[in-house]
Amino acid sequence: MEYRKDYFTGTQTQDLTEVGVTRQRSDVLGHVTGKTQYYADRQFAGLLHLKMVRSPHHHARIKSIDVAKALKVPGVVRILTAKDVPQNIYTILCLIQVEPNDEPVLAFDKVRFKGEQIVAVLAESEAAARDAAAKVKIVYEVLPAVFDVEEALKPGAPLVNEYHGRNYFTYEGHHCRRVRYGDVERAFAKADHVVEEMYQSSPIEHAPTETTGCIVVPDQNDRYTCYSNTQALYFTLDNTALILNSPFQKLRLVGGTVGGGFGGKVDVITEPIAFLAAMLTKRPVKYEYSREEEMQVSSPRAAERIYIKDGLMKDGRITARKVTLYVDAGAYSRHSPYGTTKAAAHMPGPYTIPNVWVDCHCVYTNRTPSSAMRGFGVTIGDFALEVQMDKLARLIGMDPMEFRILNAYRDGDMKAHQKQVEGAALVECVQAAADLARWPLCDRSKTASSLKREV
Amino acid sequence: MSVTLSAAKQARLVPAVQAKGGRIIAGGTLIVADLNYGADSVALITLDRLGFDKIAVKGGKVTLGAMVTMAAVARDRRLKFLHPVANSIGGPAVRAMATIGGNLFAPAPYGDMTAALLTLDAEITLHDGKATRKLPIETFLAQRRKLQKHCVVSISFAAPSAGTFHYVKVVRRKPVSASVVTIAAVIPQKAGKIKDARIALGAMAANAIRARKAEAALEGRKLGNDIIATAAKLIAAEASPADDAYATAWYRREIAPVHFVRLLAA
Amino acid sequence: MTKVPVEFTLNTREQNEFVETGSTLLSALRDRLGLYGTKAGCHQGTCGACTVIIDGEPHLSCLTLAERCQGKDVTTLEGLAPAGALHPLQQAFMDGFAAQCGFCTPGMILAAKCLLDRNPDPTRDEVVDAISGNICRCTGYEPIIAAILTAAQGMRKPARKRA
Repeated sequence: MEYRKDYFTGTQTQDLTEVGVTRQRSDVLGHVTGKTQYYADRQFAGLLHLKMVRSPHHHARIKSIDVAKALKVPGVVRILTAKDVPQNIYTILCLIQVEPNDEPVLAFDKVRFKGEQIVAVLAESEAAARDAAAKVKIVYEVLPAVFDVEEALKPGAPLVNEYHGRNYFTYEGHHCRRVRYGDVERAFAKADHVVEEMYQSSPIEHAPTETTGCIVVPDQNDRYTCYSNTQALYFTLDNTALILNSPFQKLRLVGGTVGGGFGGKVDVITEPIAFLAAMLTKRPVKYEYSREEEMQVSSPRAAERIYIKDGLMKDGRITARKVTLYVDAGAYSRHSPYGTTKAAAHMPGPYTIPNVWVDCHCVYTNRTPSSAMRGFGVTIGDFALEVQMDKLARLIGMDPMEFRILNAYRDGDMKAHQKQVEGAALVECVQAAADLARWPLCDRSKTASSLKREV
Repeated sequence: MSVTLSAAKQARLVPAVQAKGGRIIAGGTLIVADLNYGADSVALITLDRLGFDKIAVKGGKVTLGAMVTMAAVARDRRLKFLHPVANSIGGPAVRAMATIGGNLFAPAPYGDMTAALLTLDAEITLHDGKATRKLPIETFLAQRRKLQKHCVVSISFAAPSAGTFHYVKVVRRKPVSASVVTIAAVIPQKAGKIKDARIALGAMAANAIRARKAEAALEGRKLGNDIIATAAKLIAAEASPADDAYATAWYRREIAPVHFVRLLAA
Repeated sequence: MTKVPVEFTLNTREQNEFVETGSTLLSALRDRLGLYGTKAGCHQGTCGACTVIIDGEPHLSCLTLAERCQGKDVTTLEGLAPAGALHPLQQAFMDGFAAQCGFCTPGMILAAKCLLDRNPDPTRDEVVDAISGNICRCTGYEPIIAAILTAAQGMRKPARKRA
């Protein structure tokens, strides 16, 4: 790795002494000796195992739940249903005023995706819990399901999530997150070329080597300690307190050691129900996803569909960009309303374009709820934007690197979000990449700078 | 769920245990994975004490005991042609555990060694409780479910002439993963013409299958790009691949001819 | 649940245990013996996090029935070096940033040890093959491969310097 300090001399201080230097991790001795303690690396006397009964349907009404046979399985201690959860409807981001609450801890009237949790079985052994879970009888009325973002927005589409009343998240009274800057239609009319393309992606699973899970242990004085591999300890603490109507100080979370997360362990799914189970049984409870559960029910990166329409001049300037983007949130919000906002904030990419129109829709479907994953809301957009950039460059016979340098943000440019650009460095990044790849650039591109737009 | 484990003292006693619902556990790579995910009660029986872990090579005839591991095959210098096959099955830990006998029963997309043995016209020796029997591997595979009630003792085959055995396993994650498609082929030539070509496919049906139409296309012809391309068109004609986590049936059918061409043209 | 006795060598010590029939070595190590250096990732033999060494060869402890370890020699990460000391592989993983979240690390190091015990001078391809059954999701394979090659180099006697 190389740290180049020769950019922006005089405008920025160059005191990043750690960049480019290899340092040992503070926790690495534990990693290489097997002493690092992950949440499951503990034993508790009387530990109960929690197994979930999950929906086999993508969308169905729950007509009845019968746990009588399951209760008779030897080793079963208790079975929890929606009735046992004090505040059964929540949403993680209500903590930062992203509402409404739209997701049950345990489903009761309806299931909205395949694998949704309905009944929690607590037993002395994993095998007993699994056997009993298989004996819970649930009668369903299967409902029509919708799996495509644009289908979901059509009139007459099955309503996925009643808490929203329609199949999309509402942003301050608007049906999507919007950016308006200049006049794209007028720019399209004047452009030498108008290019419209569609891009889409599938959900992506994080597949951490350590599956999601936690252990909750009753302490003295009616307090409870949760050992968790969550990436969001305080989200978990606060949401659990709200779900359980519990004073915050009764709940203690121990974590920070995560066997791979990538955003897949921020959803507050295993902890609230494990806390509740420990409170009701007064025994330690472990709720751990199997590998199959990790793949099927943990939130993936959202599938996206993105339409990009660009107005392009022969000299390489992009004069208008219109983006219609759909984020497939799946059945519940989780972090997707926020991810969709990030998607809108990221458009039209790191390029100065005088006319921009962006509509980013957060859409509910009967797929597994999507959520955070490394740069969510941005990564798929970047894929679409950069493929589009290559297509535009090819259309007018321009070098793709030169094309990016020409359109890149410069300090002082106005962004579509009405903020002035500062600290831009794309020009220099492209120059460095071209240099390393021995990619020839013309003099104009070689001398370009993020500090000012060349005339 | 309750699991018991016992070691068989003689092969002839095994089928009686199997008749009562018992199952042979060889390397355990398939059965224990099932147990971990909540299989029913089962009486497991091991062949650990039967000396089935021997490899014999005599006058060009190879006999592999049912309990010979992939790692043992990959280490045996007399079986060089099978090294790419053994080394394509799992990582080293799986190879140290997985056995030749177990591989015969592995469902798709597993069973790469079986595809290779199919091209070698291997003969399976098994004990049905009364006597040992010998079955051609193709007959064995056709009755595989039923023969789970018998005890496989060994697998024998004639080592192929040098340079006639070809093998490729296509995977999503290099160097090893479960198969997208596995192709094994023995292409002997006599006086410049292909004679008795045998081609087998793994992950292209519930178990390894022969690609007889492609074989027929090669028969009696001179090995060259044209005839390989003709055979490639027929390679998946008898296949019935499945959709799974590794590939769709469509994808498997699309790429099988491509890899067949690369394998034989190389 | 029926329990059966098993005698085996664990990290050079004699170990006598009663284990549940049908239970795995992984479960015996973690739930009975408290040796948490062996990790559970998939319980189906695909991730390699539970790799241990049995009689000198890498094995998946999640697919190994505990009672089949009768008379065997089992090594886990805890047995790799005496207390307070580090095996060259451990040192190389530390120095080369080859353990980010650390969850695949025990299996990686043990798989690598099996390779180096058998082949002290491996090629890069041989290293790649040795860890091909061990999935890493965050460190990245490159630093791991580099660390194993570095450890191998350090472990070879100076007289056997590579040409």
